[in-house]
Amino acid sequence: MKNIKVLGSGCTKCTKTAELIEKLARELGVEATVQKETDVQVIMAYGVMRTPAVVIDEELVHSGSIPTQTEVTAWLQS
Amino acid sequence: MFEIFTRLADWLVYHLADLSADTRMGQALHFFVEDTVKIFVLLVVMIYLIALLRASLNVERVRDFLAGKHRGAGYLMGAGFGAVTPFCSCSSIPVFLGFTSAGIPVGITMAFLLTSPLINEVAVLLLLSLLGWKFTVVYILVGMTVGIAGGFFLDAIKAERWLQSFAAKALQQGRQNRPAGAAAAATLSMAERHQFARDETLEIFGRVWKWVIIGVGLGAALHGFVPDGWIETHLGDGQWWTVPAAVVVGIPLYSNATGVIPVMESLITNGLPIGTTLAFCMSTVAASFPEFILLKQVMQWRLLALLFVMLLCAFTLIGWIFNFLFPVL
Repeated sequence: MKNIKVLGSGCTKCTKTAELIEKLARELGVEATVQKETDVQVIMAYGVMRTPAVVIDEELVHSGSIPTQTEVTAWLQS
Repeated sequence: MFEIFTRLADWLVYHLADLSADTRMGQALHFFVEDTVKIFVLLVVMIYLIALLRASLNVERVRDFLAGKHRGAGYLMGAGFGAVTPFCSCSSIPVFLGFTSAGIPVGITMAFLLTSPLINEVAVLLLLSLLGWKFTVVYILVGMTVGIAGGFFLDAIKAERWLQSFAAKALQQGRQNRPAGAAAAATLSMAERHQFARDETLEIFGRVWKWVIIGVGLGAALHGFVPDGWIETHLGDGQWWTVPAAVVVGIPLYSNATGVIPVMESLITNGLPIGTTLAFCMSTVAASFPEFILLKQVMQWRLLALLFVMLLCAFTLIGWIFNFLFPVL
């Protein structure tokens, strides 16, 4: 069970990122919760300056763009 | 060098669409076609080339560089990096907090954030192609000055007093223990640079093309449908009150630099004085209500109001100075 957070202040790119991760998780049959985090204090606590950013099980794996399918697949399968 | 676009527009509008060059519709459409095509081509080529060069520059590196810099140099560099760092306005709050929690003074952070929307490669490119290099240099100097002076002023009045408490605390902590690990300068291969530049081009183009159409459309409408000489007769003398009026109208309006520059061209060629034009356009670009609402998350009302008044005064002053010094540029 992966706990995934998408950090971002509610911009369209953040929504797209979350949707992409949810879609791929379903397709790959990986159990995951995807949660959008918009609170700036939380975003700051992760030291993120470019959104959207992705945190998996409390570890920051990506920041600054919508991740590619390949990247997301790799995170989900690791 | 840009003649090819004029010819293309000649052919499309006067030949293919068979409109007369003497009608308003024909002139407006010609202006629209020529400018949009020219801007689109230039954008794609230049964004790609510039992105190749700056592939390894990002806000994390700027932060590490600015942290621990002497204040005097800090404002200049904050504004300079604001101009060249690729940066989306939707990230302005995380960037603000990132800089703040690295102990960078509020003024330097704001120098970065104020300059960033005003000056960027797309804006410079549009200015060069529409208004010429002299105007471009003036615009860049003015934009940098607003950032530097604004930042300096905010620190001089100790603006950090009016941050939201969690941001103030982050600043305090950042000052005491500077994060040691500087982001390593990524060495990028040519293939990676190409990949970055291609993504960047698609992304920026995807974001700004609508603005170009809106901006050029408005510019074309001004060209074609505002009677010749109307602006010149009514606003051409640069009466003192026109400048603050332009700023007050401009601040709530929101546009990015891409949309506003074609309008600037139109206003200037229609006889609006350069100072009034600069004041209006810079205030639409640098300040907007949506952005102020975002900033509310990290600043108290008092600081927001102060920032608003500061920008109002700055742009009014710029307008007056330019109307006074450069009646014709």
